[in-house]
Amino acid sequence: MPLIETHEIIKIYRLGDIELKALARVSFAIEKGEFVAIMGPSGSGKTTFMNILGCLDKPTSGQYLLEGIDVGGLNRDELAGIRNKKIGFVFQGFNLLPRTSAVENIELPMLYDGFSAKERTRRALRALESVGLEGRGDHHPNQLSGGQQQRVAIARALVNNAPIILADEPTGNLDSKTSAEIMDLFLKLNNESNITVILVTHENNIAAYSKRIIKFLDGSIVSDEKRIKS
Amino acid sequence: MINIVSTVKISFRALRVNKMRSALTMLGIIIGVGAVIAMLAVGTGASRRISEYISKMGSNLLMIVPGTTTAGGVRMGSGTQPTLTLADAEAILKESRAVSDVAPVLSGVAQVVYGHQNWSTGVVGTTPGMLNVRDWPLASGRSFTQQDVKSATKVCLLGQTVVENLFGDMDPIGQFIRIKNLPFTVIGVLAPKGQSPQGQDQDDTIYVPVTTAQKKLFGTTFPGMVRTIMVKAKSTEDLASAEKQVNELLRQRHRIGPKQDNDFTVRNLTQFMQAQEQSTKVMTLLLGAIASVSLLVGGIGIMNIMLVSVTERTREIGIRMAIGAKTWDIRLQFIIEALILSLIGGVAGIIAGISASEIISALAGWATVVSPFAILTAFGFSGLVGIFFGFYPAYKASLLDPIEALRYE
Repeated sequence: MPLIETHEIIKIYRLGDIELKALARVSFAIEKGEFVAIMGPSGSGKTTFMNILGCLDKPTSGQYLLEGIDVGGLNRDELAGIRNKKIGFVFQGFNLLPRTSAVENIELPMLYDGFSAKERTRRALRALESVGLEGRGDHHPNQLSGGQQQRVAIARALVNNAPIILADEPTGNLDSKTSAEIMDLFLKLNNESNITVILVTHENNIAAYSKRIIKFLDGSIVSDEKRIKS
Repeated sequence: MINIVSTVKISFRALRVNKMRSALTMLGIIIGVGAVIAMLAVGTGASRRISEYISKMGSNLLMIVPGTTTAGGVRMGSGTQPTLTLADAEAILKESRAVSDVAPVLSGVAQVVYGHQNWSTGVVGTTPGMLNVRDWPLASGRSFTQQDVKSATKVCLLGQTVVENLFGDMDPIGQFIRIKNLPFTVIGVLAPKGQSPQGQDQDDTIYVPVTTAQKKLFGTTFPGMVRTIMVKAKSTEDLASAEKQVNELLRQRHRIGPKQDNDFTVRNLTQFMQAQEQSTKVMTLLLGAIASVSLLVGGIGIMNIMLVSVTERTREIGIRMAIGAKTWDIRLQFIIEALILSLIGGVAGIIAGISASEIISALAGWATVVSPFAILTAFGFSGLVGIFFGFYPAYKASLLDPIEALRYE
């Protein structure tokens, strides 16, 4: 059973009288432990697709199975539960809470999962260590560099032991050296912890870290190639 | 479900970020709660003063005054016709079953002398029943007896003010004082009673047997005349029947025909005071209701600020939703924020209200009473206001679309 499986997903946005077809019959599958890059120009539907994979959005029609569960039949709170336990998000703009320390940011997913305060702190510190930021738990986002903020965001994505990380242009706001460090971190997580990483990117050198590249154009997959990493 | 302790912490942090804004929002609640507490304190103080007076005056009282309210179409002032007698008083006590005690009164003002001291005071001629009628115990000594009344002895009971002015710290019992130059033996001292609601010093008085007052001090237009008769009913329930029995009995004794007007008036003092107490309670409620309007306005202030806060923190809400916050996690966070605002405001408002009522009683001289009930109600209401006005912003926040919220700049 694939980790992620979609059948004929269609997504239509209605803007007044105009219907905008963002996704047209997208079917594909991702196995556990894959490292997938999704590429495509702006407006190709890749962000819409990521939002659906991340259970932030629902397809207009079609089926999305996550670990064999049909996500389409779940309500708002059940989707929140899936996002909490199965998916870790990494955003281009980091999306950390301001005026909140790194550790507290990392604790956030556990806050909505009923962990005790002690357990939350213990696991948050461990996650902080695993992204190489030990000792910076008390720092607030505005006291950290972009790369460090993104590491905190990755730690937050990891802390609930989610099997999937969805990264939407995670290096878009970073310089090339920091980008490489972040990508190395994703690779390490993929290799050592067998976490499935799906990332959206424009850049070929970022996509080059992945083991599989899917290209979107006008709401459809136009190419899907598996790569042997050199 | 989200951990409450953590949520409270998060809320405090959010409120600290905009200290000025949070403080101003609380001010609305502080003024509202403070106003409710102060108004209730003023009202409760007033009604407590009245009920204290009722118990001081003696309860279940009727007062019979002579004279008519109307005489053949011409209305006369009450008391213009001296018609009541000592015999009337004795008959009432004997024949009215609902009456427990009777005290006829014949009073006047007289100069009182002891040694080098002298004092002008009200001298009240009455019967031993007076102390029972007015629920007025003796501080020391003994009361005069029926025998004293029968033989018009020159004995007297002194009120506290008279004792202070004539005797200072000395014990007056057994001493002689002169009332209108006649020597009287002091046989008892009345317990202190304080002021009447009209501000009269009730302790500035001397009680003597009614017959002594009639024959030796003030004289009468006809034998046995008294100014008023005070009647005590057996209980509050008996008050109405006592009034009826007294009316019937006096009409009979005064030989008043079926079509003629009374030559006396029966006043129900207790009923009058109770009506006054009731109207004070209504006034208290009214004051409280007006004050709670400001509490309502304070609540709207909270709602306003929470709506602004939800808009400002749209992105934060989006992040929380993406990470797994459920509908009620988001709602609870904002409701708790509103609740913290209103409860802190409520506590500060209680303090402000108590101080305000202290100031009112110091400046205006009104008795104010801050009851625990008022405090609890005000605190409870501020909590309810927080939940009520916090709910809509929280509800709005929980309905945000996570994707839209994440994109919000």
